Amino acid sequence: MTQKFDFSVNGKPVSVSLDNEETPLLNVLRNELGLMGTRFGCGLEQCGCCMVLIDGQPEKCCAKPVWSVAGKQITTIEGLGSTERPHPLQQAFIDEQAGQCGYCLSGIIITAKALLDKNPSPTRAQIAAALDDNICRCGTHNRIMRAVEKAAAQMRAGARA
Amino acid sequence: MNAPLPGPLADNPSLDRWVSFPSPGKISIGTGRVELGQGVLTAMAQIAADELDVAMARITMRSGDTERTPNEGYTAGSQSIQFGGVAMRQACADVRALFLEQAAKIIGCAAAELSIRDGSILRKNAPTGQDYWTLAGAVNLAVKATGSGARKPVADFETIGQSSERLDLPDKIFGKAVFIHDMVLDGMVHARVVRQPNRGATIGAIDEQAIKRAAKGRIDFVRHGNFLAIVGNDETAVDLAGATAVNAVTWQNVETPTALQAEASWLLQRPWIDRAFGAPDAGGGQGRQRFEATYSRGYLAHASISPSCGLAEFRDGHLTVWTHCQGVFPLRAALAKALGLDASVITVHHVQGSGCYGHNGADDAAADAAIIAMQMPGKPIRVRWRREEEFVYEPKTPSMVVKVHALLDDAGKPTDWTQEIWSATHNKRPGAGGVLLGAVALPTPMPEPPPNDVPEANGGGATRNGEPLYDIAAKRILHHLVTESPVRTSALRSLGAMPNVFALECCIDELAERAGQDPVAYRLSITADKRARAVIEKVAAMARWNPKEPGGAGHGRGIAFARYKNRAAYSAVVVELNVDEEIRLAHVWCATDAGLVVNPDGATNQLEGGIIQSASWVLKEQVRFDSGVSSIDWETYPVLKFSEVPEIDIELINTKDEVPLGVGEVTAGPTAAAIGNAVSHALGTRIRDLPLTRDRIMATLLKA
Repeated sequence: MTQKFDFSVNGKPVSVSLDNEETPLLNVLRNELGLMGTRFGCGLEQCGCCMVLIDGQPEKCCAKPVWSVAGKQITTIEGLGSTERPHPLQQAFIDEQAGQCGYCLSGIIITAKALLDKNPSPTRAQIAAALDDNICRCGTHNRIMRAVEKAAAQMRAGARA
Repeated sequence: MNAPLPGPLADNPSLDRWVSFPSPGKISIGTGRVELGQGVLTAMAQIAADELDVAMARITMRSGDTERTPNEGYTAGSQSIQFGGVAMRQACADVRALFLEQAAKIIGCAAAELSIRDGSILRKNAPTGQDYWTLAGAVNLAVKATGSGARKPVADFETIGQSSERLDLPDKIFGKAVFIHDMVLDGMVHARVVRQPNRGATIGAIDEQAIKRAAKGRIDFVRHGNFLAIVGNDETAVDLAGATAVNAVTWQNVETPTALQAEASWLLQRPWIDRAFGAPDAGGGQGRQRFEATYSRGYLAHASISPSCGLAEFRDGHLTVWTHCQGVFPLRAALAKALGLDASVITVHHVQGSGCYGHNGADDAAADAAIIAMQMPGKPIRVRWRREEEFVYEPKTPSMVVKVHALLDDAGKPTDWTQEIWSATHNKRPGAGGVLLGAVALPTPMPEPPPNDVPEANGGGATRNGEPLYDIAAKRILHHLVTESPVRTSALRSLGAMPNVFALECCIDELAERAGQDPVAYRLSITADKRARAVIEKVAAMARWNPKEPGGAGHGRGIAFARYKNRAAYSAVVVELNVDEEIRLAHVWCATDAGLVVNPDGATNQLEGGIIQSASWVLKEQVRFDSGVSSIDWETYPVLKFSEVPEIDIELINTKDEVPLGVGEVTAGPTAAAIGNAVSHALGTRIRDLPLTRDRIMATLLKA
């Protein structure tokens, strides 16, 4: 039976009709809403490629049923910034050239945003601990952590988030 | 007479495959090399910008396309810049020369009076009103390269040698749909394959009802021989059905690898083919003392962050395939063979995937999509492997056992060196030594090629870096190519170089210790090669190497060195770490000489990645079997985490007049061996088997 689910994505209300209420939020974002920035990595909530903010909390959404996010506010990588108006994290990732294949980056930037929202001055160890929820296989870890530090400094100095 | 054309240009002489001028102010550059996250397209754009004298911003790259780019085989072996880059330089230089010739004709002057600045033709530095785009209509690029265009002298490079931001990164940082996984074709059907467990396994029963119930949506089955797939419009339904089908389909003639087979020592009891290289057995070795030690490493997974994905459409007799594999032309040839089609009716396009680090499931996922597409003409098919499917069915890098036999002179220096290697093949790429997985399940299964390994002319597979670069009178390799393997094995970043360098560089440390010498000084005493000495001395200085630093108390340092394939880049690595029950890496220093470096920041990024990935292999990784492959996800196959990576310092010795050498793989061996040597320094006892797990450390400490 088709059911309707209402929630918001990147500040805009959305409404989707689905036969299976267990459909993972990731599939809804990608296949129903065309938001391809949130990536599929494992479907097991292990790798963090599918990290999004749900009511401000970082959560993996590859196995999160759509019914569980009804009425909630979702933020994806597309909601952070754009080429024209990059989020300080995105600018810092470009400045530090913090990427190789880049497949993990959407999830990592979202995790980093959640960290900086909570803790504007994280230590390297706190950044590493937060990012342990994400896997990077190319070995870009140090650049990524430098980028997060840089973004944090710039946001403390007033860069628009 | 001109020098012979660089290989890839000789193979693809038509200049229009390399360079075209699609619209005013724009240049399209074609390369057979593909972006795997290593930044190759940025480096190629830098090369083209310099040789054509244009701003990089004018260039768009097209890559890995059987219709529109050169055929450069595989993007592998750290060879893209060394060979593909040189070909690109010459192709662009030839194009530039043709344009100057045409401009000279129109202007009525000698071509030698002309120069180019950002695409505009200048005469004695003054504008002529001509540029690439005004002339493009009159210059035919569908001609063969001659090699007569003068390549820019190294001293005049403006873009090459400068760090350039990666062209592909912004889209990835802003979450754009850049990956093959993000492609949506009109009317696209999602598919999951119910994998044949092994060659010869046949489908028994299919519990269609259970699978359909699990799907909670419309799905259909596609079956061709023992190839079985689930298709449907809703990815969620197809996913649920695919996961359920793993247990709802029974197979006959199933072979499952056992736990014992996951251990490298299992190789020693298998049949093998002997291959020998180097000095004859009775060679110049005058040594009196003998030293022997055996090292090993288990199976590794590529463990790409995303499972493989492939798209295909069979329409009006033409098969179009989209893939993230390393070689679109070899894949086209393999597909033609497997599907009984002429290669001329197959088009293969490369689209980026996640980092592959070698031969993962990419080719197979593309073949899966093609097989299904042939059964459903007119429908675009998208296959995405499940996480577990990637871990279980991707080709593994083979386990290896390496035994070093050394003869030593009175000073304790090696005079005779035999590296005895047991390994299955590192080359099961489709069409070369291997097959396309799905095609083995077809009514006419794709045949298994006879056992072989990567030819030594291409750097070898198991024999790669099997010979020390050091000054040793007699050196030889004895390769036992093991012909039986419980899992498919193929190329992973650096192939046999990692276990070989681990073995020989750990062995060098053991010999230094026997001789009572500092590992750095000992290496320098047996190396005349200036570039080798330079990286060893450099990294020792970077790390403030102290020969008297005490070990044995849980804190250690180690050094190791290699020249990749003994003919490419040089790299030396120092590792500092702490060991209690587990190993914590503290700091890694690396000095690398990769000749002419096109994009220093890009090269540094690759070197860092190689160090971290190798550290992950050494500390954590081994594919386990238990009634089948039991490393099936990130919990059963853990990799290095953010909190576990060391600080890394890298310096490039940028020898500008040397040819460029790839850097993606050069640190794999030295990092592994430097960790091994540092652990030995920290513990006062050596572990010769990888990975260096907690169990192995505890066992070693108990024994010591």
